[in-house]
Amino acid sequence: MARAVTTQRKVFFTVASWAVALLIFFPILYTVITSLKSETEAIQGFGLIPSFTFENYVLVQTQNGYFKPFMNSVVISVGSTLIALLIAVPAAWAMAFSPTKRTKDILMWMLSTKMMPAVGVLVPMYLIFRDTALLDTRLGLTVVLTMINLPIVVWMLYTYFREIPGEILEAARMDGASLWNEIVHVLTPMAVPGIASTMLLNIILAWNEAFWSIRLSAANAAPLTAFIASFSSPQGLFWAKLSAASTLAIAPILVMGWFSQRQLVRGLTFGAVK
Amino acid sequence: MKAKTLALSACSLLAMMMAAKAETLTIATVNNGDMIRMQKLTDDFTSKNPDIQLQWVTLEENVLRERVTTDIATKGGQYDVLTIGNYEVPIWAKQGWLLELNDLGSNYEVDDLLPAIRGGLSVDDKLYAAPFYGESAMTIYRTDLLEKAGMKMPEEPTWEFIGEAARKITDRATGVNGICLRGKAGWGENMAFITALANSFGARWFDEQWKPQFDQPEWKEALQFYVDLMKDAGPQGASANGFNENLTLFQQGKCGMWMDATSAGSFVSNPKDSTVADKVAYTVFPSKGELKNHGNWLWSWNLAVPASSQKADAAKKFISWATDKAYTELVASKEGWANVPPGTRTSLYKNDEYLKAAAFASTTLAAMDAADITKPTVKPVPYTGGQFVAIPEFQGIGTTVGQLFSAVIAGQSTVDDALAQAQSITTREMTRAGYIK
Repeated sequence: MARAVTTQRKVFFTVASWAVALLIFFPILYTVITSLKSETEAIQGFGLIPSFTFENYVLVQTQNGYFKPFMNSVVISVGSTLIALLIAVPAAWAMAFSPTKRTKDILMWMLSTKMMPAVGVLVPMYLIFRDTALLDTRLGLTVVLTMINLPIVVWMLYTYFREIPGEILEAARMDGASLWNEIVHVLTPMAVPGIASTMLLNIILAWNEAFWSIRLSAANAAPLTAFIASFSSPQGLFWAKLSAASTLAIAPILVMGWFSQRQLVRGLTFGAVK
Repeated sequence: MKAKTLALSACSLLAMMMAAKAETLTIATVNNGDMIRMQKLTDDFTSKNPDIQLQWVTLEENVLRERVTTDIATKGGQYDVLTIGNYEVPIWAKQGWLLELNDLGSNYEVDDLLPAIRGGLSVDDKLYAAPFYGESAMTIYRTDLLEKAGMKMPEEPTWEFIGEAARKITDRATGVNGICLRGKAGWGENMAFITALANSFGARWFDEQWKPQFDQPEWKEALQFYVDLMKDAGPQGASANGFNENLTLFQQGKCGMWMDATSAGSFVSNPKDSTVADKVAYTVFPSKGELKNHGNWLWSWNLAVPASSQKADAAKKFISWATDKAYTELVASKEGWANVPPGTRTSLYKNDEYLKAAAFASTTLAAMDAADITKPTVKPVPYTGGQFVAIPEFQGIGTTVGQLFSAVIAGQSTVDDALAQAQSITTREMTRAGYIK
């Protein structure tokens, strides 16, 4: 009897998990389906069977060109992530292993910068970018995305580092390891899952960031978020083309997430069952 | 072989030198059919002007407006040519943000521009933007459904007639709605239509002292008429419907009548997308009783040069090419007369080939000629603008009031409550902005 209940529960949880997963994934799936419809089909209402036309992908490519914004997205998201990690690893190390009585306040202050609506600093940022000739440059967007995601990176790394026993680092110091060796050869290998998941999450956040990347770029540094925005229109039919542009924009990050999901999950649950 | 390689290298070097010498114009534009078509045809421009290269920034209308406003207000100088509406042109020109376009070339027939459009783009008789395409509003209707209801569309319909016809046409069992009108909140969405409707009812946004007028009987009558009509003869979920949604409904045969921008004509009459293309006819925007005010809806997308551009001469060359008469001929030769950008030049409406290809052309011209944005309604007003009020504060106020009116259509509020709130919010904002002392 007990065994039957267990099986029933297993079946229930399996079905429920699949249902929730499908529910979460459905908008992406429907975007892909819509991208394979004609514009007339797309506006005719809900339908799961498209006519499998690839016309929208061709149009999207010929109208705006995919490669340039794709490369901009790659450079900006990877660049901002690497710079953020370079700054955040030492910062998180210091806060995790040599905390002071103000460490918590500093962490809260860093996080509080994320609470401010971005539009509140749009004009000052725009003026700074104008005066430093960073408008519509990859460097400018890389810098701004580094700054935006830095608090999250520091927080995540701080949480991971806190899970590493301080005694191990002490032992390394007693064995004569320098600070550099301690971070590079002792701490970093132990925190690789955490650093990897932080890196992946930060790339995803930077890839999807739309507010600043649309407003601080024009024709040269516009990433894929701006590419998608160019297909929306208040007059005329555009759903299928917009879906094709969205599919092309999310495909690289979806593939990257798929292949690195084990690393991502390992990092996100790092220390959770300690 | 060596000589061939040498020649090829020389050619490449020359091409690179020319590219390096060429000026690159950055053009900000919206994503609609006419603008996309222009992008495809720019080879014609670059072949005539090899020293000018073009790069495009295409964005959704509201994103573009916000993006371009930030750039022009901060003198960011990211763009050399802007696509802006006739709402922005007078406001930005008065701020000194736009360059005057008095030198678009000797062949540019500026007097050929439709007077209503040209007037909306001029400040102190100086042109600050060149119109790329223009539109007014009209009544689009199904001849078969009207006939079935035993009614005939008059040349100049009144709202009373429209109300009666819409209710007769409505057949919920077959999914046919008598009328489809904008309900989606936004200053350029439902408020464009409702402001034109209110104008035709004799209502006005502000009196001569900038005092909001939502507490006046004309507004109550106009809004009550709109709400009742949508309840009796409008589609379900109309509070979410904008231009695109109503276009879809009309193309699918689910609307008997639709009052909206004249640019809809080319969409509903295109048999590729519309199932009712052969059953559509057009007439002017309705008026109320004897008032003979047809809403004065007037919109144009225009090309302008920001004062911060360092490439003004090249930008003007491009604008001249894109808005000249020769451009319409170029489009016609490549894509047919039905696809030329409408509503900017008088000569287009004297062109037999165009009149033959576009059944809505005469109604469009009549509507645009009749639109007077300096006198949008019956009573005097301190502002210009037909379906909008040409003041910087209108985007915010119009959208807030649009949300209040959309809530009435959704059944979440009443006409009286919405008007009272609109009056209070608009009074507060206009006082803050210094219009009301």
